[in-house]
Amino acid sequence: MQPIPEPTTIGPVFLVLSFVTLAGAVAAMSLRNLVHCVLCLVVTFGGLSALYLRLDAEFVGLAQIFVYVGAVAILIVFAILLTRSGEVLGGVFSTGWLAGLTVAALVAVTLVVAIGRTDLRAAPESAVVKAPVRQVGDALMKEYVVPLEVTALLLTGALIGAAILAMPDRRSK
Amino acid sequence: MDQLFVNLKHWILSWSLWPDALKPLVSAMLTIAPILVVFPLMFALMTVIERKGLGRIQNRLGPNRVGPYGILQFAADGLKMLTKEDIVPRAADRVLHFLAPVVLIVPIMLSFSVIPYGRKMVPVDLDAGILFFFAVGSATELSIFMAGWSSHNKYALLGAMRSMAQMISYEMPLIISSLTVVMLAGTLSLVQIVEQQGGYLWGWLPQWNLFTPWGLAGFLLFFVATLAESNRSPFDLPEAESEIIAGYFVEYSGFKFALFFLGEYLGLFAISGLGISLFLGGWNAPLGILTWLPSWFWFFAKLAVLLAVFIWIRGTLPRLRADQLMNFAWKFMLPMTLLNVVVAAGWHYSGVAGWNLILRWVVCGGVILVAYQQLGRSFETKVTKRTYRYAE
Repeated sequence: MQPIPEPTTIGPVFLVLSFVTLAGAVAAMSLRNLVHCVLCLVVTFGGLSALYLRLDAEFVGLAQIFVYVGAVAILIVFAILLTRSGEVLGGVFSTGWLAGLTVAALVAVTLVVAIGRTDLRAAPESAVVKAPVRQVGDALMKEYVVPLEVTALLLTGALIGAAILAMPDRRSK
Repeated sequence: MDQLFVNLKHWILSWSLWPDALKPLVSAMLTIAPILVVFPLMFALMTVIERKGLGRIQNRLGPNRVGPYGILQFAADGLKMLTKEDIVPRAADRVLHFLAPVVLIVPIMLSFSVIPYGRKMVPVDLDAGILFFFAVGSATELSIFMAGWSSHNKYALLGAMRSMAQMISYEMPLIISSLTVVMLAGTLSLVQIVEQQGGYLWGWLPQWNLFTPWGLAGFLLFFVATLAESNRSPFDLPEAESEIIAGYFVEYSGFKFALFFLGEYLGLFAISGLGISLFLGGWNAPLGILTWLPSWFWFFAKLAVLLAVFIWIRGTLPRLRADQLMNFAWKFMLPMTLLNVVVAAGWHYSGVAGWNLILRWVVCGGVILVAYQQLGRSFETKVTKRTYRYAE
């Protein structure tokens, strides 16, 4: 067994992973071709899950790949291909960056304020808190079962709502 | 003998050749190298054996020119693939076109890293091994999409959509049938699941998950889903060149095509390895008196038997139509696997309640059989006269 690295250290691996994640995100936002955007988004998801894995959050990291790369990315791909062609005329990069920048700034401010308010010092000092999958499962199925079910219900509702919105209106024809 | 390869690795590591700082790297390399050698070599041998076997099933000889009994055919094929011209369509997205086979091979190679090949012979003993396996495996669908889309060919794109739909539909039964094992074993670690299947009832009968009603049904469902997931016959729609212009890899030639071919077979090996670990007792010997043979031998023997069955099925069954394939996945496989989860829970709790073994078998097996019969019936009555909307 290799010694488990201190999760908070900013080592070369962390730098490379963050660079890949951020570059993927930037490319996903700025490219014009939607299919390229999705694939860049996948790179971001992968980088994020690698960061989770580096923090010894095995379950979260693998679930991130499983759900986002395996399901969400495929879903977006299908949505793009079924609704419109991936070909867009014009340059390689998308315009309309002003609106995007505003939204990004708003999200960033919210996140910074939220993170600034949490007391990081109150977190347990022992850096290595290894949560085995069994423990995660126990917590999800016992303590947090109601939030889990509510989230599942919310997602199902969103899915049905999307399907209803996308359904052609038969009466108007 | 049992720990031959483990000891060999420790022996090589103990050489004073490496400085201490490099030892973890060398150790990792020594673990990776055999996987990179053994499985592609197995792929090469399987292509030859498959062609020979299919030839025999179809009453012909199969390849018999290169080497004794045509056994070196794979070398000729490989050289041919390597020296072929690599053609990229002018309208193709060159970067994605190049990346697609790479994105296919890497996750499949990664998925080999959690399979226990023998006692203490697992590359990475992850706490969530099965989760890792399916997580990295889900990236292969993306590579199929990349291949189909970047070729800028409508047949390739249609084929990619078809293959993706197939893989997503059959991934569900695959995962849920593995879930029954996870549920009863109480762990996601493949090493522990295999160890739990060790030991023998009455001194000779192995305690594999296969020998329970839910395990038998689960293994059969897993097996069918494996066939579909790795595009094997009778679900090999992506390979139907003559009927529906193959699929996502029509615009690939030369070594990139060979990589898709390799990826398909390696994926088959990986999922078969998972199935062996989940249902067939992993590296445990099939009989109590045969434990003197090394554990890795048993793993690879089981793998060889499974691969032979795959070849046999390919020579025997005709190909399904795309709609039949989807109907089968959603109307038969999914309900059966979900029911199997319930039956597995019933098996567990009837064991806790102290029921007789025969009674448990009859009740659990009966539920599965009745469901199988009822679900299968809906497919029988569906044979009606085909109506054509446009071709009349």
